[in-house]
Amino acid sequence: MGVEQKLGNMGVVTTTLETAVNWARTNAMWPMLFGLACCAIEMMSAQAASYDMSRFGMELMRPSPRQSDLMIVAGRVSRKMAPVLRRLYDQMPEPKWVIAMGDCASCGGVFNNYAIVQGVDEVVPVDVYVAGCPPRPEALIHGVLTLSEKVKGEKFKDLTKA
Amino acid sequence: MSEYQLQEIPVGPYKHLVSERAISGETMILNMGPQHPSTHGVLRLVLELDGEVIVNCVPEIGYLHTGVEKNMEAKTYLKAEVMTDRLDYMNNMGNNLAYVMAVEKLVGLDVPPRAQALRVILTELQRIASHLVWLGTTALDLAAMSVFLYCFREREIILDIFEMVSGQRMMVTYFRPGGVWRDVPVEFEAAVRDFIKLLPKRIDEYEALLTKNPLWLDRTVGIGKLDAATALQHGVTGPMLRASGINWDLRKVRPYMGYEQYDFNVPVATQGDTYARYIVRVQELRESLKIVEQALNKLPMGPVRSDNRKFVTPPRSEIGTSMEALIHHFKLWTEGFPAPKASIYNAVESPRGELGVYLEGDGGPKPYRIHWRTPSFDNLSVVPQIVKGHLVADLIAILASTDIVLGDIDR
Repeated sequence: MGVEQKLGNMGVVTTTLETAVNWARTNAMWPMLFGLACCAIEMMSAQAASYDMSRFGMELMRPSPRQSDLMIVAGRVSRKMAPVLRRLYDQMPEPKWVIAMGDCASCGGVFNNYAIVQGVDEVVPVDVYVAGCPPRPEALIHGVLTLSEKVKGEKFKDLTKA
Repeated sequence: MSEYQLQEIPVGPYKHLVSERAISGETMILNMGPQHPSTHGVLRLVLELDGEVIVNCVPEIGYLHTGVEKNMEAKTYLKAEVMTDRLDYMNNMGNNLAYVMAVEKLVGLDVPPRAQALRVILTELQRIASHLVWLGTTALDLAAMSVFLYCFREREIILDIFEMVSGQRMMVTYFRPGGVWRDVPVEFEAAVRDFIKLLPKRIDEYEALLTKNPLWLDRTVGIGKLDAATALQHGVTGPMLRASGINWDLRKVRPYMGYEQYDFNVPVATQGDTYARYIVRVQELRESLKIVEQALNKLPMGPVRSDNRKFVTPPRSEIGTSMEALIHHFKLWTEGFPAPKASIYNAVESPRGELGVYLEGDGGPKPYRIHWRTPSFDNLSVVPQIVKGHLVADLIAILASTDIVLGDIDR
């Protein structure tokens, strides 16, 4: 039995600590307010009126990496930006996750050239890739929900290894 | 203890750009960006501060350098267009327009009247969308959250129209050399008319929230004054120049795409401060709407792309029946068309100012050189001058009011 199941009328619920912690993490995940390029505009749309990502516990975009759990790499990462991106990632407290939003962040997209890092996974470990150029806000929300599924299945022993 | 000491930011590379006092340690060097909620992208500003007053401001750009120009040189004229959407990502239709007009000039292509009118409608809608994002994010920077939510609500309607005509919300690539991709669907006109009816009321709403709001006035009036002479020296264009009292709009002074047929005003303000830039942009929202309405009223019927098969791909329906059409389709998409050995410059009025394309052909199917004259770059160059003596908090307002887009600056 888990918290996500019916509670019954006993007022008591049994679960594992892992499930409870993961459940809490998925419902209050604070992304970092960090936009790079075009995808950042769609990320803003996802936050704004029509799509409203706060339905998934994400109404707080933290401008400081030290207060955030999730880095959404929204846009193309240039070679000049890559060290900065890595530094921001290092400043985030554990546990932390990364979504590569859009084709540029996932694989370089249309920019196969000298200036752009061909996929942000060269710099930071990526949990979820969201395809699209730029992805629709719905696609980003789908990516976030996919990440939630992933987080729910995480084991403590795997996290401490990292 | 030592590990808790604050690390000093080295003056090093900025030594010649800051004052003597910074080197002696009297003033403080503060780094703002590239990750900062109010730099509208990945702009880094190195600030020299005396208390909270800005002594010097050194912008460092290049964190979003994408190599767009180089990439475009490796593609044929038709295929290079997808890169233009991603330059200034608030003005996708406008970038398409600047580029396709340059190609049309280079090879000498005519555009049918219906395509011209469609281009005007969609570029003006794009201008409205861009100004809405500007208004929303600027208000957000100055702590007026609700305006941001309202502006994005209206922007979604424009994006829905774009999706209707092109299949994409942002990276539209809808204008093609010689016309547009395909004709608009039948629902297009009704959707645009609904929007024309809706937006004036909504602009009144934004103005009710901001224009006479004492908090907004405190943050913007008299902040970041830019006089006309300095603006001209730095090559500032667009709403920023017009807010400094110079009536210069390429749609009026060098009309293109039939802008001369439409009746609209160019809003000009004289104060040159952050508030004047706000007023000019809000007026432009209304003027753009006037252009859209007029263009829609006299939208001519007819073809939407030139029938010059040497440059424009034939419509899909012809490919099944005509051998020539199939050959042209194949040749145009594999080899592309050759452009003469010549160079041209074409400029349009983007939401930020003069957006120019310099295009040089070498007789082959790919551009020999392409260069973008982007308005944000020049508009940013004036920021270090106008922020001097202001507080750090005012820098946020000034930077927001310049409406820079880093994709436009770094390319």
